[in-house]
Order: sequence, then structure tokens, then C-alpha cells
Amino acid sequence: MKRLSIFLMSLLSSLPVWAADAIGGAVEKRSLNVSAIVMFFIFVGATLYITYWAAKRTRSAKDFYAAGGGITGFQNGLAIAGDYMSAASFLGISALVYGSGYDGLIYSIGFLVGWPVITFLVAERLRNLGKYTFADVASYRLQQGPVRSFSAVGTLVTVALYLIAQMVGAGKLIQLLFGMDYSSAVILVGILMVMYVMFGGMLATTWVQIIKAVLLLSGASFMAFMVLKISGFSIETMFSKAIEVHPKGTAIMSPGGLVSNPIDAISLGIGLMFGTAGLPHILMRFFTVADAKEARKSVFFATGFIGYFYILTFIIGFGAIMLVLNQPQYTDAKGLIGGNNMAAIHLANAVGGDLFLGFISAVAFATILAVVSGLTLSGASAVSHDLYASVWRHGRSSEAQEIRVSKIATVFLGIVAILLGIAFEKQNIAYMVGLAFSIAASANFPVLFMSMFWKGLTTRGAVLGGVIGLVSAVTLIVLGPTVWVDVLKNKEAIFAYKNPALFSMTAAFFFTWLFSVLDNSESANKERAAFLPQFIRSMTGVGAEGATSKH
Amino acid sequence: MTSPTIERIQNNPKFIAMVHTKRVFSWSLSIIMLAIYCAFILIIGFKKELFGTPLGPDTVITWGIPVGVGVILSAFVLTGIYVRRANTEFDQLTREVVEEAQQ
Repeated sequence: MKRLSIFLMSLLSSLPVWAADAIGGAVEKRSLNVSAIVMFFIFVGATLYITYWAAKRTRSAKDFYAAGGGITGFQNGLAIAGDYMSAASFLGISALVYGSGYDGLIYSIGFLVGWPVITFLVAERLRNLGKYTFADVASYRLQQGPVRSFSAVGTLVTVALYLIAQMVGAGKLIQLLFGMDYSSAVILVGILMVMYVMFGGMLATTWVQIIKAVLLLSGASFMAFMVLKISGFSIETMFSKAIEVHPKGTAIMSPGGLVSNPIDAISLGIGLMFGTAGLPHILMRFFTVADAKEARKSVFFATGFIGYFYILTFIIGFGAIMLVLNQPQYTDAKGLIGGNNMAAIHLANAVGGDLFLGFISAVAFATILAVVSGLTLSGASAVSHDLYASVWRHGRSSEAQEIRVSKIATVFLGIVAILLGIAFEKQNIAYMVGLAFSIAASANFPVLFMSMFWKGLTTRGAVLGGVIGLVSAVTLIVLGPTVWVDVLKNKEAIFAYKNPALFSMTAAFFFTWLFSVLDNSESANKERAAFLPQFIRSMTGVGAEGATSKH
Repeated sequence: MTSPTIERIQNNPKFIAMVHTKRVFSWSLSIIMLAIYCAFILIIGFKKELFGTPLGPDTVITWGIPVGVGVILSAFVLTGIYVRRANTEFDQLTREVVEEAQQ
């Protein structure tokens, strides 16, 4: 019980916090899981073949950064959904449902509701204005140097935090699932992701993500189907059996302690919603489709897949209560073997035997690989396209030079990710993904949003407002319960809420506005005058990047 | 894009009308989505017994379950409504406006 309450607290505290739990706490190494390893090697073999295929098709910078713009809306929808359905969300949400029932549904809804808003307000404008990175959009009519440098910093900070969380989660998970040593797992993930990105660019990264999304959705569908079949296709039976065996009884059918503080919950919702719209590895997916029409379709499909996936995890969680809880082969004195995050994995064994267990474990590994590849590519693009080509060389470098820098940056990011993954093995990093989302919502999103929607935005306003958002998000997280109490072991938090986005994002918007209206320089007036052509392009797509290739 | 083209697009009453309709449409849908989510969270925050009540006397399924699944479906349906209208009506208007401006 104590373990559960700690898990729930950490869940509340930051975002895909389940990632956090997969990450936090010690795990015991498992005996070698042969069928999982065989299936994992099949996956790696297939994806390396795709990388080889993609490498032959990746020649120009547009191929490397944006897969030539030839990804269809449906494919991109799967890839976006794949970026969202991380191992952490699959294992974590089903673990949360397993532990406390209904609360798991509340949490996943918070993750979903941002997507429609992204579709309505930003998807097509992004597509019409951008080329390779979101900085292209933010700096469209502003001064390239300062705005791109700021966006690149925002990107790299977000990517680094997210990457550390994924790497540590990967190490722990692989240790648990495959019986592999932590550091070798981290190194293996690092090497594979560098290969995908460096040789196959966006095309390989996208296809790895698509394949994984299909595998994960099929595996989860099969599990949910089996759970329903065992309940005689009656959800009534499923729920009543779960209530019978769960220690909390009927309480699992109603909201529990997850939303004890509505302000924190709304702040979390805002962080998730607008954080998603500020995550560089998600934003870059909008540049891989041919036009605004396909961009809209991608988010429509992504919303559908993600929503479907969350409904599946809800059924899987209840299935685990019904079939795994209290079963001697999956539990020991402390509860589930390997912790609550293993609920879905044990359920895979219960409904599909060893072979299916191997399949689901391999999919969980594949999921991590696909997500870290996307992160690495977006980090490398910020270095090569924004910092190197635009800020340092003022757009005078050749495409070949830019791609070369991008590949060097990929290798560098891979090494950093491996080192940080190993360095943070024993650290409590539950706050990191939450911090990444809060920074995305408070630094990247306000600047991006204002640049597309507000004529009055100037370079000074964008950079100062964005920096204030970044600094306040970091400060409030450090002073809040997640870091100040849980990590630094102080008694009471200086800032009462676990999720700062409501405050830090508001501050970013306010100061961006304030510094923009106070800016009366000549360049500011030029920037305001340049809004109209930008607006017309964002609405009509006239002059937007077209597709160069079909895949 | 040359400035006469921009000016022609900007002054085209069809474009002005489309921008207005699209703005009202996309902001309304966004507000609907936000309102659904906030209502959901506020009910859980202040009156969670409501979601814990069973649907009927002989079922264990509580109101919270269909409402939660409903929120997920509403996200999908609202996105669908937007994409359908934007990919047909708005895109058609945009094409006409651009063609007229380039003549």
C-alpha cells in the first residue's frame, strides 16, 4: 500500500510520471528472456534494413530533416501517435489503472485533449510556414540570430531532459524485461538510435516510429480483446470481477485521490496541452507531410489512435486486476513481481503465454528506441539548421555541410545521452519529463504561438518573454514539491503546486506582450509590417515548402 | 510571393470572409474542447461522488466511465468535424482566392 501511495504521489507530481516510476526505484534483474530477445532482434533487423533503404533515398537536406515532405497524413498520424505512446505511457497508465482504477482514465484524458486544440489552431499554420524546425516558424519575420538561438536552446533543453528520462527508463526496463545489464542496455539504445538518425534521417526515424506504433496498437488490441473474451464480452463482468479481487473494492470505479487539488490539475492539463504543442520532436513531424491538408489529417488520425490506445490501456489495467492480481505466479510478498509497472507485461503472459510475453517485451523496447530517435533528430536539427546554418553561417553554408554538421551533432547527442543515462541511473529523475513539458509549454509554445497569431510580436518581446518562461518554469519546479521536497529532502515546498505551467506560461505570454509593445525600434516596426505576408502564407500556403518526394 | 499578389489576396472579400469564418470556427471548437476538459476536472475536484454513482441499481458501472470515454470520443469527433470542413470548404475557398490573385 505504501508503495502504491508513493507511486500515486509521484504520478501526480509530474507528467508521464509513470515513466518516472519505471525509472525510479531499484529493479531486480530478470533471468534472460529468450523469446523476447529473438523478437527484439527481428525488430532491430527490420528497422536497420529500413534505415539502409532510407539512407539511399536521403540526399538533400529536405530528405534528411523532413523525409522529403512525402509522408502521408495517415502515416504521419501513426508516427505522431507513436511519439506519444511511449513505453512509459503504455506500462505506466496500465499500472495506474491496475493500482487505482478510474484515476488512470483521468490521467490519460489529460494527455489527449491537447491534440484537438493543436489541430484547430496550429497544425496548418505550422505546415505552411515551417521548413525543418519550429524555429523556422518562430523566426519567420523576426531577427534570425536571437530568435533561432533562443529556440535552439529551448529545443536542446527540452530534448535533453526528455532524453535522460527515456534513457534511464530504457535501462531499467530492459534490465527488467530482458535480464540485460543496465549500462549495456543504455549503450545499445544509444548506438541504435544514432544509426537510425545518422544514416536514415527523418525517413528512417518516421518508419521506425510507424512500425512500432502498429506493433504496439496490435499487441494492446489483442490483450484487450483477450480480457474481454475472458469476461464473456461483458464489461459488466469485467468490472465486477475486478471489484471483487481489488483491495480497494468499489473505489476503483470512481475518482480517487488523483485530482485532490483542481488548480494543480488544471495546471497539469495546461502543461500537457500546450507542452505537446511546444515539443520540438512532435512539431517537426508537421514538416514531413506535403501540405496543410495532410497536416490536419495527421492530427486527426493521431488523435484517433491515441484515444483508442488509452481506452485499450484502461481495459488492460482492469484485465490485470482480474487476471494478475493475487495470482501466485506473478506476485510475491511485496506485490507484483517487478513492481506495478509490470502489470501489462504480466497480463501479456496471462493471456498469450510466453511467446506473447516476448512480443510485448520486444515492443516495449522498440517503443523506447523509436521515441529516442525522434528526440535525437530534433536536437540535431536545432544544432545544424538553426545554430550552424542560420546563426553562425548566416545561411551561407551548403546543404552538404549542413547535413554533415547534423550527423556530427547526432553522434555527439548519442554519446551525451549514453553518458547522462549512466550518470543518472541511481538519481530520482521523476521530475524531468514534467520539467520538459513545462519548459515546452512556457518557453517554446508562447513564442511560437505569438509569432503566428499576434502582429505586434517583436524580436525583443519574443526572446525576453521566452527566457522568462523558461527560467520561471525551471525555478517553480525546483521550488515545488517534486524537487524541493522529493529530491532535495526539504520539509515544505516554497511553491505549493507540482505543475507550474499555469503560472510560468502566463508569465511568458504577459512579458512577451509587454516587451513587444514597449519596443519602438525601427526593426520592431518592420517586423510588425511583415506580419501580413506571413499571415497570408500561413492561411493559404502560397510560397510554402512543397513535397519533393513520395515514399 | 510578390506584394501585388498579397494585396490582391488581402483585399479579396472572399478571403476576408473565409478568414473570419475559419477564426470563429476554430476558436469555438477549441473553447468547446477546453470547456469539456475543465468541466470534467472540476467535477472530479469538487464533486467526485457524482462520477462514483452507479448507472443503475443492478450495475457496477459508474457514471464516470461513460463520461470519461465520452471525453475521449469528443476529442476525436471535434477534430474530425474541423478537419472535414477545413479540408473541403476552406481549402476550396483558399484555392479560389489564390487563383484569382495570380491571374
